[in-house]
Amino acid sequence: MILTIASREFRTLFLSPMAWTILAILQFILAFLFLTQVEAFTALQPKLASIEGAPGLTDIIVPPLFGNAGIILLLVTPLLTMRLICEERRNKTLSLLLSAPVSNIDIILGKYLGILGLMLLIIALITLMPLSLLSGAELDLGKLFANILGLLLLVTAFTAIGLFMSCVAGHPTVAAMGTFGMLLLLWILDWSVGMNDQRSELFEYLSILRHFQNIQSGLISTVDVSYFLLFTATFIALSIRSLDNDRLQK
Amino acid sequence: MTTLIEAEHLTRYYGKHCAVNDVSFTLAKGEVLGFLGANGAGKTTTMQMLCGNLAPSAGQIKINGFDLLDQPKAAKLSLGYLPDTPPLYKELTVQEFLLYCAGLHGIAKSAVAAAISRAQERCGLTDVADRLIANLSKGFQQRVGIAQAILHNPEVIVLDEPTVGLDPIQIREIRALIRELGQDHGVILSTHILTEVQESCSHVQIIDQGQLILNETIAGLNRQMDSGTLQVATRLTPDINSLLTIPGVSSIESISANRIKIHHSVIANPTEQIAEQIIAAGWGLQELTPVTRSMEDIFISLTKEHREL
Repeated sequence: MILTIASREFRTLFLSPMAWTILAILQFILAFLFLTQVEAFTALQPKLASIEGAPGLTDIIVPPLFGNAGIILLLVTPLLTMRLICEERRNKTLSLLLSAPVSNIDIILGKYLGILGLMLLIIALITLMPLSLLSGAELDLGKLFANILGLLLLVTAFTAIGLFMSCVAGHPTVAAMGTFGMLLLLWILDWSVGMNDQRSELFEYLSILRHFQNIQSGLISTVDVSYFLLFTATFIALSIRSLDNDRLQK
Repeated sequence: MTTLIEAEHLTRYYGKHCAVNDVSFTLAKGEVLGFLGANGAGKTTTMQMLCGNLAPSAGQIKINGFDLLDQPKAAKLSLGYLPDTPPLYKELTVQEFLLYCAGLHGIAKSAVAAAISRAQERCGLTDVADRLIANLSKGFQQRVGIAQAILHNPEVIVLDEPTVGLDPIQIREIRALIRELGQDHGVILSTHILTEVQESCSHVQIIDQGQLILNETIAGLNRQMDSGTLQVATRLTPDINSLLTIPGVSSIESISANRIKIHHSVIANPTEQIAEQIIAAGWGLQELTPVTRSMEDIFISLTKEHREL
């Protein structure tokens, strides 16, 4: 049941120009960033050779690429998730799902996995870029894996927030704005840390960026991974609650 | 007879406004239940509650023996629902859409193709199977909505205003389809078109301001429609007093010199004696018509009575 909903969601994305446009633009921008990064490395290479323990190819190319991908996805995710539940409700197609023998959990998870499918495709396409370097250079595959994992966890969290906003909002645009606002807030939350001397441990923990960077650096700790998993689970649970609420009051 | 729907004391509030108030009814296999009501009477709310789209504020719904609240999946398996706006994904073709619905209703893979072609055939969609739903006319979209509701051959079919937006020929086809479905399913049909109920339903319920004010079979309704009035036209002026002596005649009002209205009891119908007397007296009988109340009259008088209470 979940897979039926997920596969329809995934395929519908490709029926409109939406998914194609996003994939194309994303790939173009990131390829450009990737090339500048490779360019920078070739320029720096002679200097780096003389320094003991200097950052290698992977360090110079992969983290900036995935970091930028994270920022761009922060802009793109709200656009992808805004229509999930919101549009079904507006087009009155939600009653098809509600009167079918599927639970609200199935509906939400199906929708979630459908979008996550596209996200995985995006990450796969991004990963191909550094992998192409393997033909002429050596990569730190462990570090590359850490970056892929970091980005994957990041988009699971992004998508979960987007899905929740789409459940709550009455109009797709509102859902997109809400998602974007929330993601941006969580992204910049720990900027305030540097401003004065006081450190807020709570803000530091809540900040998405910090956890993402920790994983990116190759340090995969349970704290960071469980932060993302908890985050995702919370918003999926809230989405299910919100859909349940639909039946109770309108 | 198997009871397919048991609705007990359904009540639904929207804020302080009570949309449905203590409605109870049952639906058995082989019945087509017409749900009549003015706009805003609570028809759609009741339908939405039956199909699990809306939780009742109070009351219980059992579909095919399964409680809709405790075992929603089992209950919904035997349910096909067409809401007032057909729930269609406009970017899919008819075939793709029905394929998706088959998946949602858990139809076995081997049976999907047969189920889809049967539903398309029944709703006259075979020719448009590969067209995008967005490009279909409103009537065809409505038919796709009906196809979606009957696709998985559910025991209970709930149709909310199924003939809206259809042309007269399509309306006749859909009504025939509903009668056909009614033979081995239980069908609930909401409408505000009264002839539709007379044509396709076996039972009728009238809901007004959230309350059920009539629950009858069509036969019972037809009896109610017999108001016990005869309209008589004669060539000469008849003697009213002598007609009054006929047993069963309760009162006579004269409309003009040669035209009278005779009210009589419904149980002992005196039509034959009246005709005999008029002919025997030589008044020259020209017309003898039973006056039937139309369904509109019953509907209006019932809702009026209910509102005055």
